[in-house]
Amino acid sequence: MMDWILSGDYPRSRILTALLVAIFVGLGLGPFLFDGVVAFRTMGMICIFIIVVASYDLMLGYTHVVSFAHLMFFGFGAYGVAIALDTMGSGFTAIFVGLGASLAVSVITALLLGLLSLRVKAIFFALVTLAIAFSFMVLVNQLYHITGGEDGMRVAVPRELGPAFRMEHSGTGFALLNWLWGVVTNPLAVGEVTREALFDVRMNGQLLMYYVSFVLATGLFLFMLRLVNSPFGKVLMAIRENEFRAEALGYRTVFYRTAVVVVASAFATVAGVLFALVTRYITPGVTLDFELAVFVLLMCVIGGMGTLYGAVIGATVFLVAQTYLQDLLGVLSGWIAEVPLMQPAAALFSEERWLLWFGVLFVLSVYFFPAGIVGQLRAWAARRDAGAAGTKEQGGAAEAAGEQS
Amino acid sequence: MATVQPVLESRNLTISFGGHIAVHDVSCGFYPGTLTSIVGPNGAGKTTWFNLLSGQLRPTGGQVLLRGEDITRLAAPARADRGLGRAFQLTNLFPNLTVLENCRLAVSSRQKVGYNFWTMDSRRQDVTDRAMEYLRQVHLEHRADYVVSGLPHGDQRKLEVGLLLALEPEVFMFDEPTAGMSVDEVPVILDLIGEIRQRGDKVVLLVEHKMDVVRSLSDRIVVLHNGELVADGEPAEVIASPVVQEAYLGIPQDEAEGA
Repeated sequence: MMDWILSGDYPRSRILTALLVAIFVGLGLGPFLFDGVVAFRTMGMICIFIIVVASYDLMLGYTHVVSFAHLMFFGFGAYGVAIALDTMGSGFTAIFVGLGASLAVSVITALLLGLLSLRVKAIFFALVTLAIAFSFMVLVNQLYHITGGEDGMRVAVPRELGPAFRMEHSGTGFALLNWLWGVVTNPLAVGEVTREALFDVRMNGQLLMYYVSFVLATGLFLFMLRLVNSPFGKVLMAIRENEFRAEALGYRTVFYRTAVVVVASAFATVAGVLFALVTRYITPGVTLDFELAVFVLLMCVIGGMGTLYGAVIGATVFLVAQTYLQDLLGVLSGWIAEVPLMQPAAALFSEERWLLWFGVLFVLSVYFFPAGIVGQLRAWAARRDAGAAGTKEQGGAAEAAGEQS
Repeated sequence: MATVQPVLESRNLTISFGGHIAVHDVSCGFYPGTLTSIVGPNGAGKTTWFNLLSGQLRPTGGQVLLRGEDITRLAAPARADRGLGRAFQLTNLFPNLTVLENCRLAVSSRQKVGYNFWTMDSRRQDVTDRAMEYLRQVHLEHRADYVVSGLPHGDQRKLEVGLLLALEPEVFMFDEPTAGMSVDEVPVILDLIGEIRQRGDKVVLLVEHKMDVVRSLSDRIVVLHNGELVADGEPAEVIASPVVQEAYLGIPQDEAEGA
């Protein structure tokens, strides 16, 4: 059963298994474990970006196709559903029309992009995607009477998916992290700490929408996991390893590369639809911005390219860091400011400097985990297994076996 | 022999890179059940000619025919589909995949299941079994789970041959299959090539420098020199012919055999 769900592609590392279970449970029970608007929004973003990063990894990590247009397809979905809701009114029909239309546009665009430019050198494809993504961004900015231009547009979601829709039952959450912190710092007052950890969960349409995202992210992720472990996925890896030889074996690599771009783009479009419905307000800045494209690349690299589990880890680590690093730095600079003569240093840790520290973390993670977090965890596990088995086989072979997926 | 239609035919094949003509007007047909060796000094155009036949390069002139069909415009994958199999001179494998995964890719190619994205590949036991069979033939079954980039050079050469076997082509094209192998590994590969020839229905092309190998295995020898076909015939007569002595060997025959 588990073999079928995970397509036989196990995490192959105990630490990784623990992390993945923690993320799955954390996201699944999230609204009942973490209190606050910020936590709720972060969890929604993690679900959506798992789809975006995993589908990006299908291209980058599994096939070595470098595309800068992935977020354009994300934008197709976001703007597609927003425009549909705007013109047809807030209903579920509009959502499905928007989804269908943007999927059609995505598939056709990806197909043309792939067949026209994947025949030639990889760098040419990368540049063409960059140019097309840029023109789409300009288009969205210029067509302000449809898209709202730089001001963006409000997404009029159906009432059932918005905050105004309330379910009959009220829910109670338990703030796990607060409780743990309370128990550690104040172990004598467990009863009081426990009482304080209880909070009301707003059982509204937003919660419903969150679970739609969660279920879709889980489903699409598992589908992609199946995809990369199918004969099709093996051919993708063959193309990544040696395209020339894949052709000599009889595989028409242009079609495979085009197919993977089409599939990845369609998934990015679905993620874009979810993004618009969850955030209910979209601008070019949050859907198409080049910075966002770089962030997606970073999530992919931090997690580990060529391992879909890396997309889960990368998206989670990145978005949590992005959200909470500022808070952490605020606390840190507060402490430092209290130390005599250290006031100037406190400025270095002020909240606005979070991107600097994030950059440092990124450089360190690439330096110490060149194969990404997942690649590194698997390599450690493989090395430990090889050691435990007492085999005298070359360590390099075992390590390499752990790094490739 | 001339009355039978050749399986693979090179008709006036020519390719020039800039001003340099690497292969010039080469015409030659290949027949089932024969092993043809292609010999010639370094830079004679042997590998380039192979690339023209198997589709890695497009000729600037001439045609390639497979069972009478003009395949000149077809790309390498389409030619592989039609039964043209190629092993490469410089090892050309999937370095970060295991030996078994490499071989499974070749087996899968014959099964035309590459676009299947739902079956779990690991559950296709028949593919694994077939791949293991070919690995056994090239004496690599004990290396199945090794990552290719960590293999010794000789084993990589054997896998190169194993992939060609797994493709089960009509035409086998070996480009120096034993180059860089240790002395005791060479017979394994040569026996395999001999076996394919024995089957009687396959076309085997072999680029090889070791003259003793060429003489013992070949039914026919084709000599290329400066991109042109200068001799074509029975091994003994070709090796003895003055044009070959001069153009290719350039040194007394006894010494060449000792090399």
